[in-house]
Amino acid sequence: MLHIKCPHCGMRSQNEFSYGGDATVKRPELGKEISDHDWDNFVYNRKSLRGKHLELWQHLSGCRQWIKVERDTATHEIFRTSKANEDNS
Amino acid sequence: MQKYSIFNLIKNAFSNHQKWDLAWKDPTPKKEYDVVIIGGGGHGLATAYYLAKEHNITNVAIIEKGWIGGGNVGRNTTIIRSNYMHDDNALFSEFGMDLWRKMSQDLNYNVMFSPRGIINLAHSDAQMNVYARRGNSMRLNGIDAELLNREQVREIIPMADFSENVRFPIFGGLMQPSAGTARHDAVAWGYARQADSMGVDIIQNCEVIGFDISGGKVEGVRTSRGDIKVKKIGLCVAGSTNILADKLNMTLPIETHLLQACVSEPVKPVLDRVVTFGAGHFYISQSDKGEMVMGGDLDGYNSYAQRGNLPTLQHVLTEGIAMMPFLSKLKMLRTWGGIMDMSMDGSPIIDKTHIEGLYLNCGWCYGGFKATPASGWTFAHTIAQDRVHELNAGYNLNRFNTGHLLDEKGLGTKTWIS
Repeated sequence: MLHIKCPHCGMRSQNEFSYGGDATVKRPELGKEISDHDWDNFVYNRKSLRGKHLELWQHLSGCRQWIKVERDTATHEIFRTSKANEDNS
Repeated sequence: MQKYSIFNLIKNAFSNHQKWDLAWKDPTPKKEYDVVIIGGGGHGLATAYYLAKEHNITNVAIIEKGWIGGGNVGRNTTIIRSNYMHDDNALFSEFGMDLWRKMSQDLNYNVMFSPRGIINLAHSDAQMNVYARRGNSMRLNGIDAELLNREQVREIIPMADFSENVRFPIFGGLMQPSAGTARHDAVAWGYARQADSMGVDIIQNCEVIGFDISGGKVEGVRTSRGDIKVKKIGLCVAGSTNILADKLNMTLPIETHLLQACVSEPVKPVLDRVVTFGAGHFYISQSDKGEMVMGGDLDGYNSYAQRGNLPTLQHVLTEGIAMMPFLSKLKMLRTWGGIMDMSMDGSPIIDKTHIEGLYLNCGWCYGGFKATPASGWTFAHTIAQDRVHELNAGYNLNRFNTGHLLDEKGLGTKTWIS
């Protein structure tokens, strides 16, 4: 069982959260010339590596806020969490 | 190679079975091969076997970081089926069913293929309609499918919950009678033994460190047991696909996720089919040892852990008990996890890449085991002929760019959603 520290509510069980995937993926900016390849990278292509992974979770059964979690995909150790709009890339 | 037969069994009984040949050798890697297959799982072993058998390419090495049978080929729930609606999936899987039927004779190894049939349960009228449609599509592709009503299902699996006042009553089901199970380890060992006998080097405990690519062409592979010169490399590494793709500066439409399975304590024969719950994600069969073999959802977040987390297991088994209440009386014997290469449309990729001599076999999601022979056969063809076979043409990498997705389940790109 993961324990995730919601920056709004504190330490909570994994059961209260739903997963939102890689947090480093950025939607291409509107109004700019975008290649198909850029769209592929946004929609489909993922690094998904072993080790540290910055990802989105939603505190669905809590404050319902989206948060960022930095977690190790092999050990599940959570290094830090932050609000979704905090820049910690 | 010694043939496995009743006569050899009797002959070897006189020496207390101490003088059997090793099933495969433990060679030191050579400096150069015609083809290197990375990943000694079911798909890698099958690929090497069909390269030798169908294409007469025997100067082949299989490089495996762990040991034969230690990955997903030894971690799955052994279900074999071809109950797909889309043509590409249906024809590919049904081709595989033919290979499964002949496998024990072909490999001279009893893989215990047991075509006991699979039933997908339906829990609403709408779901019955969807199953009728899928069943019709299957029949059009020459695959056996039978739509069962509630009473027909009750006759086959009376132990399921047929009470009226349940959240998900059983309306009926779709059955593929020719589907079934096989002994997963035997599949790996059988392919390994035959590939080895035809000259393939199976190199275990050998990790890939990097690739030699020059001018857009494969020149070699660097491993923990030395550098190997090779012109053609087949990548067959399931959940580790992203790690190797990163070494090749490729980003793929794949995420690595954890899938759990579990078995109960062994009990007397009670269930002689494979059954899936239609209102969630749960499947069950009974092994020859009597254990109930169960599985279901992904853990739901990117993972390389190869071990599971309790909330998902609890969720999956809740579905199981809703479907077959007697399961709540059983003790759990073992649980385990394997890492899946989840593709963004739920269908696999068997294709060439932009690097000449580099071939890709990945994206098997929940269904890698049943695809083992067809995957090996088509991947061997793709590598040997340097072009895809019509059976795996739909499994191209380019479909994510062109929009020709094979979304059998229509789940979209959120691979972690079950």
